[in-house]
Amino acid sequence: MNDFLGRLTWDAIPIHEPPAVIAGAMMIGGFVFLVALVTYFKKWGYLWKEWFTSVDHKRIGLMYIIIAIVMLLRGFADAALMRTQQAISVGSDYGFLPPDHYNQIFTAHGVIMIFFVAMPLVVGLMNLVVPLQIGARDVAFPYLNSLSFWLFMVGMVLMMLSLVVGSFATTGWINYAPLSEKVYSPGVGVDYYIWALQISGIGTTISGINFFVTIIKMRCPGMTLMKMPVFTWTALCSNILIIISFPMMTAALALLTLDRYLGFHFFTDTAGGNPMLYVNLIWAWGHPEVYILVLPAFGVFSEVTSTFSRKPLFGYATMVYATVSITVLSFIVWLHHFFTMGAGANVNAFFGIMTTIIAIPTGVKIFNWLFTMFRGRIWFAAPMYFTVGFIITFSIGGMTGVLLAVPGADFVLHNSLFVIAHFHNVIIGGVVFACMAGLSFWCPKALGFKMNEGLGKASFWFWLVGFYVAFMPLYVLGFMGATRRISHYDFSTGWHPLFVVAFIGMLLIAIGIGCQVLQILVSVIKAKQNQDYTGDPWDGRTLEWATSSPPPFYNFARIPTVTTLEPHWDAKHNATPIFDESKPYEDIHMPRNTGVGAIIGLFAFTLSFGLIWYIWWLVAASGLAIFACVVARSLDHDIDYYVPAEEVERIENELMLRRNKA
Amino acid sequence: MNKIKNFIIAIAAFAGSSLLTGCKDLVVIHSKGMIGKDERDLIFTAVALMLLVVVPVIILTLVFAYKYRASNSNAKYDPGFTHSTKIEVVVWGVPIIIIGILAVIVWKSTHALDPYKPIEIEGVKPLNVQVVALDWKWLFIYPEQHVATINYLQLPVGVPVDFSVTADAPMNSFIIPQLGGQIYAMAGMKTHLNLIADEAGIYDGRAYVINGNGFNGMHFKAHVTSQEAFDSWVQEVKNSPNSLTTDVYKQLLKPTEYVQPQFYASVTDNLFEDIVMKYMMPGMDDMQGMDAK
Repeated sequence: MNDFLGRLTWDAIPIHEPPAVIAGAMMIGGFVFLVALVTYFKKWGYLWKEWFTSVDHKRIGLMYIIIAIVMLLRGFADAALMRTQQAISVGSDYGFLPPDHYNQIFTAHGVIMIFFVAMPLVVGLMNLVVPLQIGARDVAFPYLNSLSFWLFMVGMVLMMLSLVVGSFATTGWINYAPLSEKVYSPGVGVDYYIWALQISGIGTTISGINFFVTIIKMRCPGMTLMKMPVFTWTALCSNILIIISFPMMTAALALLTLDRYLGFHFFTDTAGGNPMLYVNLIWAWGHPEVYILVLPAFGVFSEVTSTFSRKPLFGYATMVYATVSITVLSFIVWLHHFFTMGAGANVNAFFGIMTTIIAIPTGVKIFNWLFTMFRGRIWFAAPMYFTVGFIITFSIGGMTGVLLAVPGADFVLHNSLFVIAHFHNVIIGGVVFACMAGLSFWCPKALGFKMNEGLGKASFWFWLVGFYVAFMPLYVLGFMGATRRISHYDFSTGWHPLFVVAFIGMLLIAIGIGCQVLQILVSVIKAKQNQDYTGDPWDGRTLEWATSSPPPFYNFARIPTVTTLEPHWDAKHNATPIFDESKPYEDIHMPRNTGVGAIIGLFAFTLSFGLIWYIWWLVAASGLAIFACVVARSLDHDIDYYVPAEEVERIENELMLRRNKA
Repeated sequence: MNKIKNFIIAIAAFAGSSLLTGCKDLVVIHSKGMIGKDERDLIFTAVALMLLVVVPVIILTLVFAYKYRASNSNAKYDPGFTHSTKIEVVVWGVPIIIIGILAVIVWKSTHALDPYKPIEIEGVKPLNVQVVALDWKWLFIYPEQHVATINYLQLPVGVPVDFSVTADAPMNSFIIPQLGGQIYAMAGMKTHLNLIADEAGIYDGRAYVINGNGFNGMHFKAHVTSQEAFDSWVQEVKNSPNSLTTDVYKQLLKPTEYVQPQFYASVTDNLFEDIVMKYMMPGMDDMQGMDAK
């Protein structure tokens, strides 16, 4: 250890591990290419002014989604490596990944897919859509929104950095103590894990508060709670879950940090520590986290089903009650992640029954989507493909979930590949499909052009078939006693053929992801042909379709007033106007862009890098810098401005002209 | 209620077995122990019960999606159909009934299959086996026979076994999938897993929780034989050269991978209790207390 660089030495660069070198080279190559591209086109100023410092919820939402798509590629590369290893590492062949590397990969895969793909997709969609759906001009705290994004970016950068400087945790995505304690994991891996999640988790908590306040306080006149679009309802519940559960993760990680850095004994085996306390705390956050992801997914499907079936959602009120009851129930089921810890039968039975009860509101939701389709006129655009695929796939995943909630069944299936099959079944079939559907659904709103339909549908079929081929064998493997996280096994187990099938499924999903990447490229290149100036390409029902696409930075020139559940539909078809067009335009109050979020993010990165590598001067300097930023921001009163009415009128006339041309 | 349950089990068992008997490697389905069989039947029952809803949902989804496609102008289009008390009663009622039945099953089966619950068979004294999860191997101590093994388990058929489980390494989970159940192995704590083997045979035993680089090699074979064969195996082990003393045990604490079975003719008294207790008392972390004995 030296004073200047802590425990950071040249050994931290994993040049002796070929897979790590290749991955690192690809990552650095991609990064250098991007930097060169931006420099060549002289876009740094534009990026900084228009995007990095933006407090516009639509731009922040897009940035979340772009990062999520990049990280999806990284997370999938991890998955591909695991599937390949498991398909070949049998008998006398030990594959190409030594256990230490394999363990890093499955840990990184889980962390990336949950925190840096699913979360930013969901948060990104909420950013894009929620303020528009409630007729607001931005979120309640625009600067905090930017800060949330940059704190999330710190986590993402740390994840990527762990590929080339040091190594990542080998402890699984939920990082169980005591394996994650210093005595068993002395390296920097767990520290990367802790700080990546801690910093981005704080961002998520802030985001949760932000959206909660936005939805509660900033709905347009007339929009009572029971007139809120279902996606906004699910976003509200999801953010309530974030506010309540993320602090538990923060606390659990903070206690683990004290153990690892200062020799405390919260979760150690020795000196009175109790690792099972960690397991409880992390799942008390971890289970609500599942619903943080899946509730907005349900919201997306509700919007999509109703729009493309050309019918209002069947049983809106029931949908809301079901969402709220899932929100409440999600806090009293966490113990089902460890029925096998040795709790008594009463405790296990209680948590088992509570978990199965969640199937009731979830089942109701599925029936509501079904009966929304019933007597509808279903337009099978790509989002609707994903929705039908979801209902079928999610029903199966829900069933295996309830099965795992039965303690007696869980005793033989827990920790086997059955569990892996189950949660990929609900996360791919639920969250991923929802995000894909949501992206094609709202892309014309966010960017002003439709995504390529053909490639979207191709991607759907490869994802769907690939999912079944990759994960159905894992259910069977669970019945064959195949352990999760294993990277080598014997022929005598009989697992090999099924791992090969799963490998083929992975290839199909790879083609599906390829189609998606292609879809994005083609759609951007052909944006002109698929341009939508109407602002309402799907004959939409809710407020976001009532403004132009992409919406002006202030969203709505006049704040809408709503009287019904589907204000935009009723304005179009039932002559109930939402904008009072007799009044002249007024000055619009808007927040100013600020670079403080990005700068705090930068110092939060150096802070965590210092903490990971024990570079204490850097920690102190970064901490002071963050404090200075916060103080400077608090003293800055020039944070907002007015868009003059004439300017609004000019922009609106321009948009109107464009709309009329279309 | 019981009739319905038996009926469901019968159908499920038939469907399940006809589908799955083809593959002998489905160890959870082809259970060789009473507990494992009960757990398997529970799986079949729960799945059958849920399929009552899931199958209609999948069929309805496909039917509705096909029938109400935009190009089918013959299908009725009724955008006003957004509420129906009848349907709402059904969509809440059916899941509530099914989950209600399942809840009763959960309550009963969780108590019946509680891993701590001793298996009582008249006239048969249960066998006690102590299990310690180490880095990266399983240590089995037979306290009544005073022998011990590494990565090798011998059990008599038809005799209830009470496994007492702990760890002297990161937390793990102890399982023999073909016999049923699993229970966590945690340092400083003692858990129980009660199992019984109904048939002689050799069954895989595994470590089910990731615990580091040696995880892949941390498995063992459970040899289930007749009582006589078990007794003569014990005698054989007693005649083997090695003993599990405190010093030997300390050597075992060093991480090793893919460890071949080892046998110990004798074991230091109360080794298992000392392993559990060393985490409970300050100063005993390095098992000095054991040395003093």
